[in-house]
Parts: sequence; C-alpha cells; structure tokens
Amino acid sequence: MGIEFHIDRDVCVGAGQCVIAAPRLFDQDMDGIVVLLHDVRSQADEISIRDAAQMCPSGAIAVRR
Amino acid sequence: MQADTAASDEVPFYPMPRAAGCPFDPAPEAQALLHTTPISRVRIWDGSSPWLITRHDHARAILTDNRFSAVTTRPGYPAASQGQLTRRRTAPTFIAMDGDDHKRQRRMLIGEFTVRRMQQLRPAVADVTAALLDQMAQQSPPIDLVENFALPLPSIVISRLLGVPYSDHDFFQSRSRTLMGVHTTEKQAEQASNDLLDFLIDLVAARQAGPSDDLIGRLAQHVAGGELERKEAASMALLLLFAGHETTANMIALGALVLLERPELAAVMRHGDDSAVTAGVEELLRLLTVAHLGRRRVALEDVDFAGVRIHAGEGIIVASELANRDPEKFANPDECDFDRAANQHMAFGFGAHQCLGQSLARLELQVCYPALFQRFHGLRAAVPSDQLQFREEMVVYGLYELPVTW
Repeated sequence: MGIEFHIDRDVCVGAGQCVIAAPRLFDQDMDGIVVLLHDVRSQADEISIRDAAQMCPSGAIAVRR
Repeated sequence: MQADTAASDEVPFYPMPRAAGCPFDPAPEAQALLHTTPISRVRIWDGSSPWLITRHDHARAILTDNRFSAVTTRPGYPAASQGQLTRRRTAPTFIAMDGDDHKRQRRMLIGEFTVRRMQQLRPAVADVTAALLDQMAQQSPPIDLVENFALPLPSIVISRLLGVPYSDHDFFQSRSRTLMGVHTTEKQAEQASNDLLDFLIDLVAARQAGPSDDLIGRLAQHVAGGELERKEAASMALLLLFAGHETTANMIALGALVLLERPELAAVMRHGDDSAVTAGVEELLRLLTVAHLGRRRVALEDVDFAGVRIHAGEGIIVASELANRDPEKFANPDECDFDRAANQHMAFGFGAHQCLGQSLARLELQVCYPALFQRFHGLRAAVPSDQLQFREEMVVYGLYELPVTW
C-alpha cells in the first residue's frame, strides 16, 4: 500500500472523529483512546485513513505520505 | 495590508454587529475580513488588540500549534469578558490548561463521551425528548420552545450523565437555570455557581463513600486515588454542566428556527433516514456556530504566521464562526445545504481542546430535531421573525425566546 501513517495514542484526546469518519478501521478503547482495528488492506482503507487524519483534532493520526 | 499595533483608530472592535434580518449569518464586517485581511488586529472590551484569525486553514493551524496557550490567566490572553476571567480564576479547569496538565484532566473524562457511549445513551435521550414533547402537547399554544424544550433537554441529559440524584433534580435545574439566565446579575450567577459547586463537592464526597456508575462516581474514584482534589472534581462537573447546557440549548432553538423557515429542510428532519439527519445536523452546526466569539489563545513566543509576526504575549482570536464560512473550504458557504459534506466544520473547535462533549451534542441534536418535527406537523413560529430577539451579546448565540404554535 502507498500510504504511510502513524498513530500516536499518547497525543489522542478521545474526540472520536476517526470512529465517525472510518468506523471499520477505528475504535475507542474503554478510556476513549484511539485503536486501529486492522491494517490497511485496500484503496478504500487508504482513503478512510486519510479522511480520519483530516478529522483528527490532535494529530494523533498523521499521514506522512 | 495589516493593521498596525496599538492606538490606531482603524482597528475595529470585535465582535462586530450582525445585520438586521440576517440572524443566521456572522457580522458582514467580519465576513469581509476573510476576503480582505484574513489576519488582522481587532480591539476588544478590555482595550487590548488581539489578532483575529478568519481562514479555515489558518484556524486549524493555530489551534494545533502549542506555541499558543489556552491559559486564561496569562497576561495578554484575550478573555471574552470579565465574567469569563472571574469564572476561570475561581473554578479553574482543564479548558484553561495546556499540554500535560490539560491532557491529564481531560483523559479522566473522555471515556464517558466516546462514540459508543453516546450510541448507548440514545434511547435515554429519546425518552427525555418524548417526555418533553408530551408536556408541550398538553399545553395550549403558543408556547416558548426555548423554555419548554431547548433548555430542559440538555439540562436533564447532563444531570443524568453526571449522576445527580433524582431528589436533587429540582435544586440542580433551578440553580442551572439561574446560572444560564439572561437577566441574572453577575452576583446572582456567582451565588448560583457557588451553590452548585458546594452541592457537587458534597456529591463527590458521598460517592467516595458509596461508589456509583456515573460520571461523578468515576471522578470520585480519582479523588479517592489522590489524582484529583475534591474541589477540582466538582469544578469539572460544573464545567460539563455549563458547557453542555447553554451551547446545546441554543443549537436546538436556533436550528429549529432555521427549519421553521425552510420547510424543505424540516421535511428532511421529519422523514429523512439517519444519514440525512446526521448530515443536516452537521450543516446546521457549521452554519450557526453558536459559540460565536472565537477560540482564544495567547502566544507563548514570537511566531511568524502567514506573513505576520505575532509577538509573545499577544492575544489570538480564532473566529470559528468565520472559518466555517470560508469559501475555500465550503462552496457557497452562506447557503444552508444539507447535501454538502460539512463534516470539517469548526463549530466544536479544533486541536487538543476540541469540544469534549461533541458526540453528546450531536446525539441530542440528531434525536431532537426529527422528534420535534414528527410530533408537531403544523409547527410554526407564533410571532413574525422581526420580533424575535437574538443573543448577540452573549458568549453563546441563539434566541432568548421562540414562541411556537401548531
């Protein structure tokens, strides 16, 4: 896959916007912090990650490429 | 051309007045700045001249840059009013903290407001909504939608979430009402706030002795574990009450007014599926941006930003109400269009401080607009629109009253 991204749970503020943008890929644990449910498997997943990164207010989801 | 520092007659006062007859749009003078000088100085109530940020991309950049501090007590912080300064000094909470301090306290709460939690809360919110609509239906119209629906709904929901005992609801509601009240004096607000703080301190103490499965119960566990002072826990609970009540109540009433004036949009709320309702709620949030006096910060160091030198100690106002009308981000931004993808709006702010309760707010709006318009098919405003009065001077914009009939 072409996308390079990073998830930083330490930076996450639990806004949940990733879950709304990409519910198949993201969830929140019991403390509300981001969880990536599975690796990128498709073009659709790549788009979802990019959408989630745009919505993430804290920069916890960051796309490098 | 940037307006220069201090003592300039050309530095406009912020906030600027909205146009009569255009209650849903920001002040024309402010919107014009987006096109002419997207970063400029404005004058505020205390005589200071903070920078006004109007573009959507600039707004996001500032709010994610930790060289800009949210600490209200720092010199140069452009507070919205003396009242806000006083409140934040007497009951300091994480909204006025930066970095690790902010994160530590916020993280004690985010588990309560996850997307999943809110989905689980949906039936309870529907029940509260239905009960209020039942009570409305039993009265003879015209009645005030603000008093009978918009104000009580978020108040009841947040008091349930917090875990306020049923027997204390009347006390809680009445003090909350005073705190939010338009005619309440500064002194009365302080008294109501202290009454609530004392009540919440006692409630936290009670929950330390006998734990409960609600928000205050969980805050009490943090107090028992030495991570929070009892007064801090009570201040956090009071913040949630304050933050989640006025904002949501004003979105309910102001959004209802938009829907009353646009029957085709009301029809979407009445008959639309979940995704149509969700999209409509996002668009109303974008259009109305009821937290209409900007997100405030103060620079911790000199920053070169988009061609401007911001000096340490200078204030910043991130005008989310203007960023939400940025044509670079939203085509035809002044149109209320339920088919646009409005989800990158900044009605809830951006950055680490983005609204903690946004999923709860969305839930309440997604439930209440359809329920209201499904229950009352002939719902309409009972007074001409030019007789409605809008909360221009308040930190949260909306309507003082909305008389409706059906």
